[in-house]
Amino acid sequence: MDLTTLWFVLIGVLWAGFFFLEGFDFGVGVLAVTLTKDESERSQALEAIGPVWDADEVWLITAAAAVFAAFPAWYATLFPAAYLPLLLVIVGLIVRGVSIEYRHRRSSPRWQRRWDVGIAWASAALPFLFGVFWAGLLQGVPIGAAGLESVTGLEIITPYSILGGIVLLAFSLAHGAVFLALKTRDHVEHRARRAATRLIMLAGASMTAFAVWTYVSFSREDIAALVFGLLSVLALAMAQWGITTGRFGLAFLSNGLAILGFTATVFWALAPNAVPSSIDPAYDLTLAAASAADYPLTVMTVVAVVALPVVLAYQAWSFWVFRRRIRRPEPEAAHY
Amino acid sequence: MDDSLIVDLSRLQFAMTTLFHFVFVPLTLGLAPIVAVFQTIAYRTKNPAWERLTRMFGAMLLINFAMGVVTGLVQEFQFGMNWGPFSDYVGNVFGSPLVMEGLLAFFLESTFLGLWTFGRGKLPPAVHLATIWLFTLGTMLSAFFILVANSWMQSPVASEVVDGQAVLTDVWALITNPFAIAAWVHALLAGLITASIVVFGVTAWHLARRQHVDVMKLAWKASLIIGIAAGALQGGVGDWLGVIVTDRQPMKLAAAEAVWEDTGPCAGFSIFAIPDMGQRTNVVDIQIPCVLSLLATNSLDGSVPGMNPLQEQYEEQYGPGDYTPNVWIQYWAWRGMMGFGLAGVAWMVFAAWRTRRGRLPDQRWFWRISTWIIPLPFIGSLLGWVVTENGRQPWVVYGQLKTEDAASNLAPWLVVTSIVVFGLLYSTFAVVEYRLLRRYAQAGPPPLESKAADVDDDDHVVLA
Repeated sequence: MDLTTLWFVLIGVLWAGFFFLEGFDFGVGVLAVTLTKDESERSQALEAIGPVWDADEVWLITAAAAVFAAFPAWYATLFPAAYLPLLLVIVGLIVRGVSIEYRHRRSSPRWQRRWDVGIAWASAALPFLFGVFWAGLLQGVPIGAAGLESVTGLEIITPYSILGGIVLLAFSLAHGAVFLALKTRDHVEHRARRAATRLIMLAGASMTAFAVWTYVSFSREDIAALVFGLLSVLALAMAQWGITTGRFGLAFLSNGLAILGFTATVFWALAPNAVPSSIDPAYDLTLAAASAADYPLTVMTVVAVVALPVVLAYQAWSFWVFRRRIRRPEPEAAHY
Repeated sequence: MDDSLIVDLSRLQFAMTTLFHFVFVPLTLGLAPIVAVFQTIAYRTKNPAWERLTRMFGAMLLINFAMGVVTGLVQEFQFGMNWGPFSDYVGNVFGSPLVMEGLLAFFLESTFLGLWTFGRGKLPPAVHLATIWLFTLGTMLSAFFILVANSWMQSPVASEVVDGQAVLTDVWALITNPFAIAAWVHALLAGLITASIVVFGVTAWHLARRQHVDVMKLAWKASLIIGIAAGALQGGVGDWLGVIVTDRQPMKLAAAEAVWEDTGPCAGFSIFAIPDMGQRTNVVDIQIPCVLSLLATNSLDGSVPGMNPLQEQYEEQYGPGDYTPNVWIQYWAWRGMMGFGLAGVAWMVFAAWRTRRGRLPDQRWFWRISTWIIPLPFIGSLLGWVVTENGRQPWVVYGQLKTEDAASNLAPWLVVTSIVVFGLLYSTFAVVEYRLLRRYAQAGPPPLESKAADVDDDDHVVLA
């Protein structure tokens, strides 16, 4: 495998890691507000992601940096082309980050209600927007002979990209519900378990439609894109079996596989392009044309090969440290 | 479409978001090691006062860090969104340190901050102490890699231009760029000065009211030691960086000093100047003899090149154009940076003398001013970035890519929308953060509770 292909795969892995890890944080963010009945249940649900969500988000930062470094032209074309959706992404990331960190800083119910609104809406909007972003990319942006034409980012919003948004939102909600079933006890656990079933159904239905649509319209009839999509649906079925039989760990990992299947569908359909042109395939920006030079790619490969296993090890360790299920907490004073 | 309008709007947006980001960064950079030191002392002495200080300032660190993270996220997206041609040009060099920052710094920071925040009582005390130090290491590494990237834009080393793109040729030379090393140490010290003045000011507020006196006296002393030491070192490091700037970016230094013609030996240091950019000379200029030569070249005989000869030289080298940054901004931002920084540290020296041997002065003005100086280092740091970035203009990559050629081809209303959105969002959250920090600062050190762990065996999560 040459370096260009390696980095395309690695970028796919980083985005999949983000969708997998931050995916359940997004889901929990929405469910912590909608699925709970009082403050103690809410902080119980949020505590499940409290120690890890910030590190999970670093997968996004690293994924975006990897696009910048390994495919500068891809980054330089895609980000302006999706200006408005990305502006909303930034707003969502800011609101969500601050809301999660600040809500427990004061015990006043009014204060906490306000931040809850931020957590719930931003946590729902972000996976939706990332789905729109990637599906929108797959259908192409207006690249002409002189490069990217003046765009607003609204061009990528179509029924297909909205379906992509729904898929990723449903995946995240289902993932969050399974995570809560796995990580909490009592009422939250039971309600999350019931919600998980409905959300997995939604994820399965939208993913099936997305896989077929991608195969027909955007994958140059490459059957593999469809196969990845259907494997993803199969993984969801396994997750549902895990929920039914009380094997929440299995359900969680299966959900993760399903998210991986979604990412593989998108990346498989995209290659060998970095950004397809919606004007004329002759103007497609290919991965080969967008790729960085050998030397910087080699340097980053060395860094990634050394650093990624270490990162995975300590991130796994942090999950291990906080492995216990979270009970409904006693009311307590502000956090120090 | 008017290209220069889009460039100006994108610059305005970038200046706003970057300066806003850098309100929070120095405090995190400095407060992280300070809290780590407090916790280390608490761990070794078992003195509960240090543990209470760790928690008090630790909470403030977390509140501030959250804003630093979210405002930093914006930066990465902005490079691509507003500066597409820039990203395309620099990605082969600039991208690598960003990837390293993610893999080597951000993961470390955020994972171990999570472990530190939620791991108290769950982790053995020594391991818990290690997590705050690893977090601190992460913040320092993150500052390092981003300054490697920025310093390459100031002083493009270790690369060659191939087919209209700068391409990395030597990673070691990139990360040992003298500009980057000096800028990094300079930023870390600025962080320590900022955070120690915050600790100092908060402590003064309590000592003025004679609250928590025993605990606060410890923090007072620690902030004085750290702040004054960092301030003294900063003098030397600032000079080191100044010499590198003179060497790599003579125009930046000449503009910061409002030097229009070559000075010859024994150049005077200007303390008050009114530059006239139209006539390319100074209306007023009051100088202290020989000090500039000493600062810029480390010798009394050194000559500092002036902006007019440099302009001619650049026109010859790069073709027609204006190669002079805005001198007025450059001159006064530089003096502001030094002035605000020095004033803060000088007041700490005075305060150290006034409170020697544990005295607590009765005068209210002493304590009031000690609290009021909190904003000074923040303003100083922001002006430092104004000097760095304004002084590089008209280049975005010094000598290679001009800012006017670096912006994405966007509709102006898109960028205006983003400026309004960021402006509203940032100012709202800045007020919220400020109030929250003040609340935690005024609440003082929290009492230590003893909380028994209560966990059942079936609380374990079973994977698969």
